[in-house]
Amino acid sequence: MHIAWNWGIFFQPAPFGDTTYLGWLWSGFLMTIFLSISAGVIAFIVGSFFGILRTLPNRFFSIIGTAYVEIFRNIPLIIHLFVWVYVIPEILPESMKEWLFDLEPSFFIFLMATIALGLFTGARICEQLRTAIQSLPAGQKNAGIALGLTLRQIYLYILLPNAYRRVLPPLTSEMLNMVKNSAVASTIGIVELSKQASQLLEHASTPYESFIAVTIGYIIINICVMKTMQYIEKRTRLPGSLGGK
Amino acid sequence: MISLRNISKWYGEFQVLKDCTTHVGKGEVVVVCGPSGSGKSTLIKTVNALEPIQQGTIIVDNVNVTNKATNLAKLRSKVGMVFQHFELFPHLSIVKNLTLAQVKVLKRDEEEATKKALTLLDRVGLLAHAQKFPGQLSGGQQQRVAIARALCMDPVVMLFDEPTSALDPEMVNEVLDVMVELAYEGMTMMVVTHEMGFARKVANRILFMDEGTIIEDTTKEQFFTNPQSDRAKDFLAKIIH
Repeated sequence: MHIAWNWGIFFQPAPFGDTTYLGWLWSGFLMTIFLSISAGVIAFIVGSFFGILRTLPNRFFSIIGTAYVEIFRNIPLIIHLFVWVYVIPEILPESMKEWLFDLEPSFFIFLMATIALGLFTGARICEQLRTAIQSLPAGQKNAGIALGLTLRQIYLYILLPNAYRRVLPPLTSEMLNMVKNSAVASTIGIVELSKQASQLLEHASTPYESFIAVTIGYIIINICVMKTMQYIEKRTRLPGSLGGK
Repeated sequence: MISLRNISKWYGEFQVLKDCTTHVGKGEVVVVCGPSGSGKSTLIKTVNALEPIQQGTIIVDNVNVTNKATNLAKLRSKVGMVFQHFELFPHLSIVKNLTLAQVKVLKRDEEEATKKALTLLDRVGLLAHAQKFPGQLSGGQQQRVAIARALCMDPVVMLFDEPTSALDPEMVNEVLDVMVELAYEGMTMMVVTHEMGFARKVANRILFMDEGTIIEDTTKEQFFTNPQSDRAKDFLAKIIH
């Protein structure tokens, strides 16, 4: 097979946007990063909240946690994205609806994509944290109770520091998945990295060059995620544990 | 100091404790023994309400544990407990293990708590390990730290739930020595153990349990020389070689 490589394409001016094709890719690259970071923050906070909720000795709380997980784990991400953009704004109270529709349209879509991706990933983090907390020896909680600590203090000072250490390796995979899942947001009009590749394909007809460039973009982002997580893992590893000092 | 009256507890249909009544006086050392599954650990865990009970009354240091209005956290902070598997907090250094509850529960300031922690670590012979983490210590050392952690709270009574069963045989004595010393100092203690040597040395009374019932509640002399029940005779014949 003969491929007529044309790497020079990236430096040619793009048809719109007052930039080069490389500029398009760069803006998609940044969009993927922004979307991933903001969704990641939401996922971590919401996932932690519901993960803790599901382990509490209170049926009501654990039912709420279960409902959240089941709704967000059993429905494909693409449906969540459409629901957040087209359905949720319609059913919100009038004042919130107005506020949303007054937003810059591209920011509105970004906001909804962030929420959808964040809650979707959060459901998975919730499960990881729940299992991590439940995998801790029951005696740890008992030791805290026996010392007179309150349930809140036991979670804060004993269970969570250990559960988060256990959750780090699967959390890394989840964050990597989330970066890749962010590509689905292109379906609702977010112009992120993969969307830019298709645009390049459409306007410049350079499929190999475009997708190779985008692949490298994703690899760079995910290597950064991986390295960050490895750094955190190393910093929080306990002396005397496997692989510790 | 501790008074258990007609305690009964069920796990679903299964009754683990059957109408148990006993008491531990101030400064007394009571050893609880019996075959596995007899309810010894469950009994000792009812004392600080780690295990809730369905029937009966428990009074500790003039506080009714079974009363719903009781501030259990406050009571528990006065009742030291040592577990079979140590249960040190693995993410905290040894000294932080000892100061956590002092600061959070007793509201001591960090400096005072650390001072207390170091004094007690010295007492169990582990001062040099203060800055290490639990994973870096041997089982026997960890259990001595766990005892020191409980003592930091200035408990009025100490509960030991099979403190030496998870230890290598070589390490049993270093833990028992600390407990013996504690007993000689007049600490009120309730100890679930199979270490009959310890019982002979420091116990005032022995409780022998089987199938959720306290079968014998006698002095150690009586228990070792002239056990009343066949079950206790059988038990002693098996564990004393």
